[in-house]
Formats: sequence, C-alpha cells, structure tokens
Amino acid sequence: MAQKRLGKETVFLANPPAIVATAAIVGPMEGKGPLAEYFDVVEEDTLLGEKTWEKAEIKMLQEATDLALKKAELKTGDIDFFLAGDLLNQIIAANFVARKISRPYLGLYGACSTMAEALGLGAMLIDGGFARQVLIGTSSHHDTAERQFRYPTEFGVQRPPTSTWTVTGAGAVVLAEGGHGPLVTHVTIGKVVDMDQKDPNDMGSAMAPAAAETIWQHLQDTGRRPSDYDLIVTGDLGRVGKPITDVLLKKAGYDLTPVYNDCGIMIYDTNQDAHSGGSGTACSAVVFGGYILRQILSGRYRRVLLVGTGALYSPTSAQQGESIPGIAHAVAVEAADVVD
Amino acid sequence: MDYAMAFLVGGVICALAQVVMDVGKILPAYVMVLFVCLGAVASGFGLYGWLIQVGNAGATIPLPNFGHALVAGILEDAAQKGWLGLLSGGLRATAMPLTMAIMAGYLFALLFSAHGKGNG
Amino acid sequence: MKANQRQAAVFKKLVQTRTPPRPILRNTLQAFLVGGMFSLVGEGVMKLYTVVLQLGPKDAGPLTSASMIFLGAFLTALGVYDKIGQWGGMGAALPITGFANSIVSPAMEFKREGLVLGVSAKMFTIAGPVIVYASLTAVAVAVVKLLLKGG
Repeated sequence: MAQKRLGKETVFLANPPAIVATAAIVGPMEGKGPLAEYFDVVEEDTLLGEKTWEKAEIKMLQEATDLALKKAELKTGDIDFFLAGDLLNQIIAANFVARKISRPYLGLYGACSTMAEALGLGAMLIDGGFARQVLIGTSSHHDTAERQFRYPTEFGVQRPPTSTWTVTGAGAVVLAEGGHGPLVTHVTIGKVVDMDQKDPNDMGSAMAPAAAETIWQHLQDTGRRPSDYDLIVTGDLGRVGKPITDVLLKKAGYDLTPVYNDCGIMIYDTNQDAHSGGSGTACSAVVFGGYILRQILSGRYRRVLLVGTGALYSPTSAQQGESIPGIAHAVAVEAADVVD
Repeated sequence: MDYAMAFLVGGVICALAQVVMDVGKILPAYVMVLFVCLGAVASGFGLYGWLIQVGNAGATIPLPNFGHALVAGILEDAAQKGWLGLLSGGLRATAMPLTMAIMAGYLFALLFSAHGKGNG
Repeated sequence: MKANQRQAAVFKKLVQTRTPPRPILRNTLQAFLVGGMFSLVGEGVMKLYTVVLQLGPKDAGPLTSASMIFLGAFLTALGVYDKIGQWGGMGAALPITGFANSIVSPAMEFKREGLVLGVSAKMFTIAGPVIVYASLTAVAVAVVKLLLKGG
C-alpha cells in the first residue's frame, strides 16, 4: 500500500484532486497593498459590524467558505469534510464556522502553515477515496492575534524591524475529485524543526529552518530542481526569514533565488509599516487563493510549490523559557494540462 | 530655563531607557520595571532628589520618579512613626497618581473601546 | 527536531548576519524628543499648580503626576498613544503618561470580556509588575537607610 509514497516524506497523488474554487477575503490594510485587486472582498473595517474582533474573524471565515462554495456551485451538504484552523486559542474561528456548516469537521492547528496543512490533508482524503469534496478554510485577524499573543492594541509599544504584521483575512478552498482546476499533485508534510530561536519579535528566523528542511526534503523526494517550479512560495517568513531560507538551501545545494518568493513580503507595500512583512494563518491563504491561483489559471504559472510556514509559538511556553519551534508543509499545485 | 532643563533631563532618561531596550533586546515591560527600581535605588543614595532639583518635571515625569516617591514617602513616615512607616509611607505618597490611574482607566474603558490596528 | 548546542550556535550566527539592525541612533533620538516633550508639558502643568494655583510642593508634585496620568489615559482612549509609542519608543513608555497607557490600554482592550474579569482584572497586567517591583525595592532601600541611620 506504499505505492503513493515518494522518497522519505512526500506523497504523490495518483488521482490528484482539483482546486475547483477559492475565496480570499481581506481587511482594509491588505486592501491597500499591492495584491488588492486579486482579493474577492476587501472589508471596510476590521470589526465587520460585529461587537468583537473574534466575532469579526469568525464572520470573515464564514463569508470566505460561503463564497468558495458558491463559486464551486456546491451546497454545504455536498461537503464530505470541512478542514479549518486559525491562530486563536482553541481555534475558535474554525470551530464556530464548523458549528454553522455542520458537516464532518477536522480542526487543525499549524499556526500560519494551516492552509498548506489542510490542502495536503484534504488532497490525501480525496485521493484515498475517502471524500469527493473537501472544504478548507483558514483565517487570522491582526487585532485578535495581537491581544492574544502580544499586547493590548492601544499599548504604545515599539515594534522592532524583525516583527511581522498579522494579516486580517480569511481564505477558503474547495477541493474536488475530478473537477476542473489546478491539481494538487504532491504533498510533503513537514517535521517540527527548532533551532533554539527565542525572540518573540522574530518569527521569520524561527520558521526559516523548517521551511528549508521541508523544501529540501520535497526536492530530494521528487527528484525535482527548483527550476522545475515557476514559483516556490513560503507562507510568512518575511524579509528576515526569506533570505535565511535562501542561504540554508544554497548550502544544501539548491539555488531557489530565481523562483523564490514569500507571501508575507508580497502582501504589503514596504511603506505600509508592516516591518518584516505579513504573517498569520490568512497570509498564505489569501495570497495563494487570491493571487497565485489566478496566475495559474491565467497560464503565467504552470507549477507552484506552496510552502506553508508556521511558528508554533505560545506565550506560555516562551515565558517558561522554551524556544519557538517551526513547521512547514509543501504542496505542489500544477495546471491541469501540465499533469496530463 | 526650567523648561529647557525639564526637556533635557526627561529626554535623556528616556533615551537611556531606549538604548537599554534596543541594545539588550529587552521587552518594554522589563525596561519599565528596571527603571522604576533604579529610581528607588538612586533615591536611596540621594541622587534622585538632586536630579529633581536639576531637572524638575524632567525628573518627576519619567517612571523612575515613582520609585523615588515611594522611598521618600516611606522615609517621611518613618521619621514620624518609626518602622510602621515602611507600611504606610509608600502608598500615601503615591496615592494621587495611583487613584487617578484606576479612575481614568475604568472611566475611559467604559467610554471607549480599543480601536485596533488592523485598519492600517 | 531540536537543534543541539552547536547547530543552534551556527544558526544563531547566520540569523545575526541577516537580521536588520534596530535603528538605535534614530530610536534614541526619537525617545529623547518624545520623552522631553512629555517632561516639558509636565513642567508646564507643575508651574500651573505652583505659580498660578499657589499649591505647595507636597501637593503640586503628586497632582502633576495625576494630571499627566489623565492626559496619557485620554490620549490612549483617543487611539493616539499607540502611534506615539511606535515612533517614540521608550520616550512614550517611560514617562508617567506611558504608565497610564499601560493601564488604560488593557482596560479598554478587555472591556468585551466584561467589567470584572475583563476591564478590572486586566487593568494591571503590565503596570502591576511595575508597582510590585517599585514597592519591594523602595521598602528594601528604606530598610537599609533606616538601619544605617539607627546603627
């Protein structure tokens, strides 16, 4: 039964499922960024008419899943599994949306890597024959994350240049067996890598080794070169983590530079005061679902490696002196005609 | 002249704190704790009283003054009632700012909600 | 996988070469300007109480602090103080207005979790440690002084 495994840690999908629809909803700040035109909805404010930011995040995730289903011309009843996650304690955004969707639900926590984690898992569920349609949703919200992980939003604290800015947004994807759309062909599930980074203001450095490890493993397992991809894109390493990943992979014999980008760098302009770049569960979700997928559909990209990156940071463990572990999952997405 | 000295002394204390935070990569809460303790210690050596003479509000507005005010309050009470002053002097001397902080904190929390930063 | 000491040290070096340095000179200058400004305003308030209202130094000092706390609280309520803080760093955090900001910001932030376990319980999450350590240090300093005087 191991015939779908490739190398040590990669699976290849013999019956690759298609990404039949995506939805990307973002907050106002992301709506002022360079990718604004690619998002389905840009919210006018971060409360979305709700009483709390947590409720706003839930509403945004709900809207994203609704929109993706509508684009796929499916009803919630057609969904075999709902895979979702976010950054909040007990992943409440995902849980409360799952309450409404009321279909078999797997709540995931991979910090900011959750979109790639869910894509990989959903693709395997379909390829394995356990599901026909899978709905995926992830979200993050700058202010819910800020008050949970750092300080009250009105606290006058200075952010150092290594800090990242949590993206306000929600992304949703519908995966379907035999549907029309780009195909998920390979999944490399990552290992937790911890290089003893402890700075809570620098997640990029904490995640970079995990990203490099997963990309290296993927290339080893598939026998591909970086140039086999039109784009290798990490989730939210930012301006600090991206060059570190680049260096680590060069040392390991792979030159990513010509095809390498990072969603956290792509989502904001440098003058938006986001410091190292965007981060958060929504970051790779909206950049992938909004921008990258459209580029695959338009033919500009034929083969993309999405590498979701997550810092498994907890204020509690950090205060107890623990370092910040990182994780990264790689998902290869290819235009349908490339695979044929 | 008073104003210039206030600006200078207050500015230098804050600049020092900034250097400690940036060079040591220390979280702001730790810098605040450190400086308020330094204020109390400096007060013990009589340095903070001197700094106030020089800089007026430049010395009394930054947080180290809170440590100094506590020490000064305790010593004042101790002069009248001995060791009991250890327990009574500190909060007596700082009652006004602390009570104001609690009142203003509660009042503004009732009147305003956090605005958040996600709007960019 | 958790790095061993050698791996961690090698990686730490790589991170150090790739980390943008904090703009210490600029930050320090800005902290100086903002901290100086708050002190300047404090001096004005102090003068108002001593010269115009003719209060004695015993009352004018604490009253000035209380007034500046109100100012910091108000700027926080308006949503301005966090922006001053991002620019001014410790120049905004260290003056007593920053102490007020550290009390009002969690109070406002956790209003949505209720008035008792939200606003009141969270009010001193950041200021609490400052008060605790200031009090402990002050008592210790006073004990030493009293012992030296008594002995």
